[in-house]
Amino acid sequence: METTWFCLVAVMIGMYVVLDGFDLGAGIVHLLVARTDTERRIVLGSIGPVWDGNEVWLLAAGGTLYFAFPALYASSFSGFYLPLMIVLWLLILRGTAIEFRNHIQSLVWQPLWDAVFAGSSALLAIFFGAALGNVVRGVPLDASGEFFLPLWTDFTAGQETGILDWYTLLIAVAALLTLTLHGALWVALKTEGELERRAHRVAKSVWWLLAAWVVLITVSSFRIQPHLQESFRARPWGYVFPLCALVGLIGIRLLTGTRNGLAAFLCSCLFILGMLTSAAFGLYPYVLPSNGNQAFSLTVHNAAAAPYGLNIGLVWFIPGMLLTAGYFTYTYRNFSGKVKAQDGAH
Amino acid sequence: MDALTVHRLHFAFTITFHYLFPQLTMGLALLILILKTMALRTGNQHYNRAARFWAKIFAINFAMGVVTGIPMEFQFGTNWSRFSKAAGGVIGQTLAMEGVFSFFLESSFLGVLLYGEKRLGPKAHWWAAFLVFAGSWLSGFFIIAADAWMQHPTGYQLGVNGEILLTSLSGLLLNSWLFWQYLHNMIGAVVTGSFVMASVGAFYLLTKRNEDYGRTFVRLGVIAGTVSTLLMAFPTGDGQGKNIAFHQPPTLAAMEGLFETEQGAPLALIGQPDLENHRLDNPLTLPDALSFLTYQRWGAEVKGLDAFPPDRWPDNIPLLYYSYHIMVGLGTMLIGVMALASLGLWRGTLYRSTARLWLLMLMLPFPYIATTAGWITAEVGRQPWLIYGIMRTPAGVSPHVSTGNALFTLIGFMGIYTILAILFLFLVYRAIGEGPEPVLETRAATV
Repeated sequence: METTWFCLVAVMIGMYVVLDGFDLGAGIVHLLVARTDTERRIVLGSIGPVWDGNEVWLLAAGGTLYFAFPALYASSFSGFYLPLMIVLWLLILRGTAIEFRNHIQSLVWQPLWDAVFAGSSALLAIFFGAALGNVVRGVPLDASGEFFLPLWTDFTAGQETGILDWYTLLIAVAALLTLTLHGALWVALKTEGELERRAHRVAKSVWWLLAAWVVLITVSSFRIQPHLQESFRARPWGYVFPLCALVGLIGIRLLTGTRNGLAAFLCSCLFILGMLTSAAFGLYPYVLPSNGNQAFSLTVHNAAAAPYGLNIGLVWFIPGMLLTAGYFTYTYRNFSGKVKAQDGAH
Repeated sequence: MDALTVHRLHFAFTITFHYLFPQLTMGLALLILILKTMALRTGNQHYNRAARFWAKIFAINFAMGVVTGIPMEFQFGTNWSRFSKAAGGVIGQTLAMEGVFSFFLESSFLGVLLYGEKRLGPKAHWWAAFLVFAGSWLSGFFIIAADAWMQHPTGYQLGVNGEILLTSLSGLLLNSWLFWQYLHNMIGAVVTGSFVMASVGAFYLLTKRNEDYGRTFVRLGVIAGTVSTLLMAFPTGDGQGKNIAFHQPPTLAAMEGLFETEQGAPLALIGQPDLENHRLDNPLTLPDALSFLTYQRWGAEVKGLDAFPPDRWPDNIPLLYYSYHIMVGLGTMLIGVMALASLGLWRGTLYRSTARLWLLMLMLPFPYIATTAGWITAEVGRQPWLIYGIMRTPAGVSPHVSTGNALFTLIGFMGIYTILAILFLFLVYRAIGEGPEPVLETRAATV
């Protein structure tokens, strides 16, 4: 049952990264691809009706993590205190920028919120990436399964490390590149003309950088977290996850700029899910490894809630997720096709 | 300041600011649904335009609720990790349910409510309003379920290492405390929504703009406000009071400033609790009234603070006493204002009565203050417990988050929320200034 919830939480986090990832990515490429106020309205319009629902995946994943793995929630949220608070501030600024930008027509109002939107989106991608890096690298857990990390120390990824070190920064940049590409493909899918062409150009140039970076983080991840190798050696069927990522990455390259924008975007989704599931598979049964004494690591077993809660949780979780799938199908079907300038209610 | 104080202030500040928005969201969701229902029933576009105007205010308010709400879920883990580790398996259930059952619903259909009217037609659009209303009221339910469990834990068992194990989901969701607290809270949201609507309507009538709409807003606001303010006192306020009397007797004594156990205990209207001398200074009381309200017998014994060891007393008795009295005092005033206004509405003089319109307009802040005071009463009243009877507040805090780090983020939130408050007031003021769409002349032309 713990493993079932480990998979469900991983799927929810995956959904969050894929869905909110494209609107974060749209924010990152916003200033690059959209030059005029009309173009920027179109980019915002391409995420306007869905971004809030996408962000709910973060809350729902957080809530699920909370009740299924309370010890992990408590340890990681208090240990990553500073970066999480910064993430919260960025989420506040970003939500405000998206919702309030178009309330007032002024030459000082829109540029301000455009900058806030782009800046907060990029920083969020970086912080989420760094968080993932921290989980893979491990943190200095004590005997009660707790820790506290400063934002940075000497960047060496040793025992006395901080949130940001050379390894987590590598992952942070990987996340930024991934979501830039993901967002550019979304914008290309939802727009036409000059906007679509610029988004394609951004996607194509970021792809090369990302491909090189993927090699870099794969090598360094296996070096910094030896458990990854053990996992893949013990259960070779797990290679299917990195294979998915690879297929996705190649697919993006082949399909970007063709008329099949949706397929290119879906390849990007596949790439993201492949990378995330590879990390989750590699870490299992750890959910938060210790970078010192391995006995202090949090695993799916010692961090999970009691069996009754996990069992009864499934009873409401499954119908709840089916309902949610229904709302999302409805919303995205209503919102299919290219966004035009006059649609820009947002 | 020690770390515990900063962590408590951190939560108190962020939750107080956050709840300024959801109370209007939930109240207004119901009022918008009523406007949409009137439009559907009468076929009169006036009500649809009125609903569209309030949906615009709703959207700004909703966005504020969302961005200030995310930090609340996070803070259980960041600032209260020992509490989360022990109790996450229980209250995590309701928080996850809120995400899965209400936030997905709300966020999916708010877009439809705001932008889908033309494409969907009146019936489907009414459903969008209904689903947004249902989502927001469900969300309230799950959050109150979490709080009710902290006030009066049910459906759990203590494990060998002191961890709290959920043993019954229905025990958690059908907690006896939850019933009155939920109703009291939701009716409170309707009170806020009603006063905001009546206040904006009065503003339009007094400034002689959008007077058609002004009359609709005043009428709906006053009718909903009269019903909801009365329900606030009885039965929901009474029921919530009995929750406290039966399950948290030291809290009741502290709220009422009752230091000594008495038969025929008085109800304090005014007075200052004097902790040094264990008495109420300058009291103005109704004799025997507290006994009657609690037990329906004038001579019944009500336990004073002296009946409990001081380590079970709420740790800030004056704050608890004042917030409770402010809540009740303002609640009574709001009932009076609505009674006066509904009398005018019934006689048909309200729209011309400048004095009453001024009164309605100026009432705007008071339901917010009353609601906030009510929540301070509930949460300070729960002290010294974080989970009543199980975990004391100092035991729940994150042990490794230092005073300095907590203060850093508290100051950060204060700064960001100041900016948000200014933005919100500015945008809502503009939206009220712009007003609803003017009535098209087409109907007059065809008549």
